[in-house]
Amino acid sequence: MTPAVVFFYIFASVLCLAAFMVITARNPVHSVMFLILAFVASSGLFLLIGAEFLAMLLVVVYVGAVAVLFLFVVMMLDVDFAELKQGFLQYLPIGALIGGLVVIELVLVVGGFIATPSGGGHVQTPTPAAASNVMALGEVLYTRYFYLFQAAGFVLLTAMVGAIVLTLHHKPGVKRQNIAAQNARTRAGAIDIVKVPSGRGLEAAE
Amino acid sequence: MIGHALPEFILALGILAMLLLGALGGEKRAWLVTELAIGVLGLALVACLFQPSGATVLFNGLLVDDAFGRFMKALSLVGSIATLLMAMAWFRRRGLDQYEFPVLVCLATLGMMILISADNLMALYLGLELMSLALYVIAAYARADARASEAGLKYFVLGALSSGLLLYGASLIYGFAGTLGFAGIAAELQGPASLGIIFGLTFLMAGLAFKMSVVPFHMWTPDVYEGAPTPVTAFFASAPKIAAIAITLRLVSVAFPGISGEWRQIIIFMSVASMALGAFGAIGQTNIKRLMAYSSIGHMGFALVGLAAGTAQGVEGVMLYMTIYLVMTLGTFAAIIAMEIKGQAVENIADLAGLSSTNFPMAFFLAMMMFSLAGIPPLAGFFAKWYVFVAAIHAGLYVMAVLGVLASAVAAFYYLRIVKVMFFDAAGASFDRASLTLRSLLAGAGVLVMVFWVWPGPVVAVTHHAARALMQGQKP
Repeated sequence: MTPAVVFFYIFASVLCLAAFMVITARNPVHSVMFLILAFVASSGLFLLIGAEFLAMLLVVVYVGAVAVLFLFVVMMLDVDFAELKQGFLQYLPIGALIGGLVVIELVLVVGGFIATPSGGGHVQTPTPAAASNVMALGEVLYTRYFYLFQAAGFVLLTAMVGAIVLTLHHKPGVKRQNIAAQNARTRAGAIDIVKVPSGRGLEAAE
Repeated sequence: MIGHALPEFILALGILAMLLLGALGGEKRAWLVTELAIGVLGLALVACLFQPSGATVLFNGLLVDDAFGRFMKALSLVGSIATLLMAMAWFRRRGLDQYEFPVLVCLATLGMMILISADNLMALYLGLELMSLALYVIAAYARADARASEAGLKYFVLGALSSGLLLYGASLIYGFAGTLGFAGIAAELQGPASLGIIFGLTFLMAGLAFKMSVVPFHMWTPDVYEGAPTPVTAFFASAPKIAAIAITLRLVSVAFPGISGEWRQIIIFMSVASMALGAFGAIGQTNIKRLMAYSSIGHMGFALVGLAAGTAQGVEGVMLYMTIYLVMTLGTFAAIIAMEIKGQAVENIADLAGLSSTNFPMAFFLAMMMFSLAGIPPLAGFFAKWYVFVAAIHAGLYVMAVLGVLASAVAAFYYLRIVKVMFFDAAGASFDRASLTLRSLLAGAGVLVMVFWVWPGPVVAVTHHAARALMQGQKP
């Protein structure tokens, strides 16, 4: 057994176990933690097949952003998971049907790939032979499709401008912090020294 | 090489400059940003008109700069500039003059330019999405108005659905043709097309039909046109339609010339159905914006008659039709935006009653627009219809031409009804005095429509040349 094979079995078994625990864990926070473990294990698998960029991306994007978002949702929102799990048996046939369809699709896709590994000769951007992952991706994204990359940037800019236009309200009655005004306050303008005659309270002094 | 994409570059950099200026200056800069936007669009228009002739493919086959694209881009830019000119004062009076509006109009225009010059399905999709996303936002721009919000939401949901259809079609075509470039697809389509390609083509056409608002994908049009602020409606009816029809022309004549029998069936159906719905749907309308929505559906049907012919002459007819349609639409909407009584916008046809006695110039030019939209000679609208129907007859589509002329006769009823209301009904409250911009836009469009027959040569020559160039590119 080469080390690669050993590591493959380690990562694969951890992945399967973690994925199983994601759906069986009682505590939703534990579920998310197992999900993170599953992501890390699968990124190890990516490393083994030489897709190092994808492995890093999986950790950065899924563990760093998506899983943290899940954690936030699980911890901030009061979701009754026991209630959500009710009717498990009732929906089992539909779930099994969808699962079966996914299995059939997987078999078709993998079967097609085994039959014609080159994808029938039609590949828009074939993988370059002697280039690292990052270099090949950069070549495609920033050189070949530079124009589309910029256009996609403008689409995102539009989405941002649009969201601000439609939702940002400046209501006149709302008090806002004005840091410049705060800093510009002096002792003379902010403090009023009042002589309070003893026994008569503040009202009499004004 | 960069020179061939100069209008896009000018617009993209201009948008970033406008955003910076607006973000740093705040709401006070809205007027300045609008003027800057008009300047940037004008600069892009100049760059577009003075580009070197011939066709150049840029960015590894993602963008093509040719005579057809330059002509259609120039039309879209004119539509956007006119929209901003009309919108400026209108939004200011309603306290809606934020600097984001001109920025969003420019973003939509940038999307249109990417769309018009797309030479690849991915560029097509990104251009379409950039255009649509900005349009959804400006449809709901008057967010205090429930109808505008409804219009924006409706447009967004249906538009997202149509994007999904388009993407599904594009993925099928990629799967069966193995390439996304238009020229590559055309090269793959030698001999009889597979079912998958025809499926994909149908879905692509459905997605584009949504943007052109032709039957059976027109249902959003009346509600969105009625609900959106009037200058936004003017924009919807002008520039995006030109971009959508331009990419449809380019797609079918560059990527699918090998299966013209298949797409011509689709176009013929959509065209006849749109002409009929545009003619009959508008009859019962009392709101002039709704009426213009049905009118625009009908006009898209007429424009597609030229495409149904599937010849260079037909493409030339469509280009000419869109040019004249743009002038008529902008002129009509300048008049609709000017319909204000004591600062309140009114949009019912009944409000135009007796306009000839209260404001004769406006009534006269609006009547010219209506006669032209109805296609009455010697106004420009007649020649637009003439060119597309002649192309259809040369291609042997006699039944379609007869149906089109009949639909045009039915449509004449509701255009003439507006003229009747303006000239023969008892006068109601008179409109406020419109701004100089609106008056000159209406008068300019009116004069263009009236004198088109005197000297149509330059426009016809440009469209003739551009249509031949587009069709030649595809036939080896």
